[in-house]
Amino acid sequence: MEDIRKAAVVIIGGGVTGLSAGWWLARDGIDVVVVEKGTLGAEASGRNGGGCSHHHSPLFREEQRLWPMMDELLGYPTEFRPNRVRLARSDEQMVLYGRALTNAAAQGFRSEVLDAKQAQELVPLAGEGIVGGYYYAFGGHANPHRTLQGYAWAMQDHGGTLLQNCAVTGFRRAGGRVVAVETERGAIACDHVVIAAGPHTGRLAALLGADIPLAVARAEMIVTEALPLMPLGGVDGNGLYGRQTLRGNLAYGGGPHEWLDLPHEGAPPKPSTPLAGNIARRVAELLPKAAHARVIRSWAGVIENTPDGRPIIDRLPEPDNVIVATLSSVGFGLSPASGRAIRDLVVDRACSFADLSTFRLDRFAALEPDWRERLGWLSAEAFAHRQGSAV
Amino acid sequence: MTEVRPDPKSVAGKAVPPAETADLVVIGAGPAGLAAAIEAARAGLGVILVDEHPVGIEVMGDEVPLHFGQAMTGAVRNRNAMMEAVLAAAPEIEAAVEAGVDVRLGTAAWGLYANGPGLAWLPGTLVGVAADGVAHLIGARRVIVAAGRRDMGLAFPGWDLPGVVGATAAVTLARRYQALAPRRVVWLGSTSEALAAALDLKAAGVEIAALVECAAAPVGAPDLVAALAAGGTEILAGHAVRRAEGADRVASVTVVPVDAAGADAGPARSIACDGVVLAVAAVPVVDLLDAAGCRIGFDPARGGHVPVVDGDQRTSIADIHAVGDCAGLWPAKARDPEIARAEGRRAARAVVASLGGAAGPEAAPTDGPGQPEVDPSAYRTAWVAASVVHAARDCTVCQCEEVTAREILEVRPPRYLDAAHDARNDRSLASLLGEGPPDPDQVKRLTRAGMGPCQGRRCREQVAALLAIGGAVPLDRIRLASHRAPVRPLSLAVLGSLPEHPDQAAHWDSWFGMKGQWRPFWEVPPQFRVGDDADGPQVSE
Repeated sequence: MEDIRKAAVVIIGGGVTGLSAGWWLARDGIDVVVVEKGTLGAEASGRNGGGCSHHHSPLFREEQRLWPMMDELLGYPTEFRPNRVRLARSDEQMVLYGRALTNAAAQGFRSEVLDAKQAQELVPLAGEGIVGGYYYAFGGHANPHRTLQGYAWAMQDHGGTLLQNCAVTGFRRAGGRVVAVETERGAIACDHVVIAAGPHTGRLAALLGADIPLAVARAEMIVTEALPLMPLGGVDGNGLYGRQTLRGNLAYGGGPHEWLDLPHEGAPPKPSTPLAGNIARRVAELLPKAAHARVIRSWAGVIENTPDGRPIIDRLPEPDNVIVATLSSVGFGLSPASGRAIRDLVVDRACSFADLSTFRLDRFAALEPDWRERLGWLSAEAFAHRQGSAV
Repeated sequence: MTEVRPDPKSVAGKAVPPAETADLVVIGAGPAGLAAAIEAARAGLGVILVDEHPVGIEVMGDEVPLHFGQAMTGAVRNRNAMMEAVLAAAPEIEAAVEAGVDVRLGTAAWGLYANGPGLAWLPGTLVGVAADGVAHLIGARRVIVAAGRRDMGLAFPGWDLPGVVGATAAVTLARRYQALAPRRVVWLGSTSEALAAALDLKAAGVEIAALVECAAAPVGAPDLVAALAAGGTEILAGHAVRRAEGADRVASVTVVPVDAAGADAGPARSIACDGVVLAVAAVPVVDLLDAAGCRIGFDPARGGHVPVVDGDQRTSIADIHAVGDCAGLWPAKARDPEIARAEGRRAARAVVASLGGAAGPEAAPTDGPGQPEVDPSAYRTAWVAASVVHAARDCTVCQCEEVTAREILEVRPPRYLDAAHDARNDRSLASLLGEGPPDPDQVKRLTRAGMGPCQGRRCREQVAALLAIGGAVPLDRIRLASHRAPVRPLSLAVLGSLPEHPDQAAHWDSWFGMKGQWRPFWEVPPQFRVGDDADGPQVSE
């Protein structure tokens, strides 16, 4: 193997988090290479609902500040559209979706409570069965594929490099630092490393002796043919997340996930299941006037979660030039802000615009070793194995 | 040992028993599927045989499952008459019923699901079917897919006119429905599969005015070419189509001599016709197999992307077999349905044996494909170069989403963004490339080609050929764009009729339903232990 190149920063993972970080670094004139084992966004980054309203997160304010500017900042269309309506078909859902109001209000964002009539007026495809809803004067949705490609092209416009079909095989260390990232196409010498490899983040960090508690699962979505555009596409609720795309398709997901054991190498299989039918029924309940719309695809994505479901964006104690970033299954909408936070951590060793203390890795210092068992986050095979060995 | 309870928000324990079960489900009532079903039923298996034909006129209008191109007569409105026609066209259906096969016509298989890597909670192998506006799942101990073939689309100006029809669709309309409208057609393509279909159509009373082949000479069996020529068909080798014309349907087609690169090499001429038949490539229908996760490979001797099967027609998923045209197409197989039937019987015997039954006597083995008469990779690319690239890069390749060849090659944003003239978006295919060839899934997501309600049936192979041309790689290096269930468009209401486990409904959540995930960051404790987080809401935002 030869050293094919060197870079100030090597980012492992061509998903939204890694590409956004690459773009933020490149636009500061920093020499950055993003290495991706497959094609960009081929995993969860290209398979999500496109939502951008994460009021629970310390990155929320920055997410909200950046999204309306992203087309201009990147120079490519993301299809971002602001605001969101959530419809409730039960009092229970009404209470659940109301939590956003409190969280957002605490950070200075406005929302409105809608009665059934107002909700139906805002959402032409809605119908009977709505008890009410909320209008969030924040958040919104964007097209994940277009946004991913926008990050990649914008990063390249600023001199950054994207290497696709290039899996990382190891690290070279010297003096308490990583000095090169080894890939199947040669090594890349570097000053800093960012591991933003989604479900593979734990496996890669383990090569450096770091224990990143992660479990991976498969979740599903469906999409219909295009329908006439509603005035506001960011409509969901009834146990679903999703949107009407700018093309007019209804794209929604929700329902049970399947915990998996990640294969040791390569992309995890992502079969979809008859769950598509159960999602379809809820879309038809949410938007009864679209019940005739034909479902033309379903798909699944594989995503990682930390034990508390919150991101890890932190520098490893050792080697000290490695930053680990997992957004714990909620990464797309936050990506403009998470990329900037990673840039800050790499360049300035601290985030300039948000308090990332809840994203620190050492919050798991006292985590039970059997946390996956305690949470029940086991694959069917792991359950079967346990039952077999318990007998 | 810690007591382990499954995550209540996960799939664990949520499987619904299928509405019905069968030893064997056969999908497709062509020669291979019927032979398989009859063989298995005679050996004592409980067999359900589904076939989507006759499909309704609205479904035909959506180009599902074939490229019908509005070439059907009004007779297809009469569903009872069409059911009778389909039955009359295949006497073996009656034999299947007599053998005890549960035959279900007008029943589309839209999904095929099997437990495997990444999926372990299903109650077994499942076939999703829909008929008369209701979807349900059939649990199958074994599945034999005999989904047949369809036609590669080929764009040229006017190819969206009614009367431009796929060869398989034309033969199906003529033979199974007795409802083909065009009477005088121009035929594109000259493989043996194409020639056999042309002779079949001619025998059904359709005039084949001209056979157009972009290669310097017809590529299929000379005896078939001679039979067509003897019947009065003009053989136009070294020609391509430049446009089809007509007010509300095809009235003529303009053809032109072309050189080896597909560029114009002589004066154009017009041929009067009321149909143009696309027969450049018969394509094995692998949608269900691919969506189920069966391994698919590009085999030049078997007509392109086909399931990898063993000697018993078993796919990489042991419960699923593939037989007939969907398992591979070659000249001898196109001319002699006995080869497909033999595959069906072979698969059925393997199924019977695997379920502990007594299979019938071994049949004499049939010949495999042998050497291909033409390299399908080069042949299809040449047609796309001659037709799509040279006719007009601005003609629409994906009719559903209105995407042109130029827009695909330049990876332009779709028109709904109104950004087509934005110089910033003027990126070439090269700007997407990694070290590998262009990825059709990536291109379709950015351009939307293939993302419409016909589910890419009319543009999938053309887009692949365009990417081969744009990426300067052979077509067989372009990965198969992924297929997704439902492989037939199904309304939210119909797909939503699938049942659901009560526990799933009770625990349904928009996301993971984790206690801590949506807690506002200012309320998050500095340390996390599972045991400290036992209380609190267990639902997602």
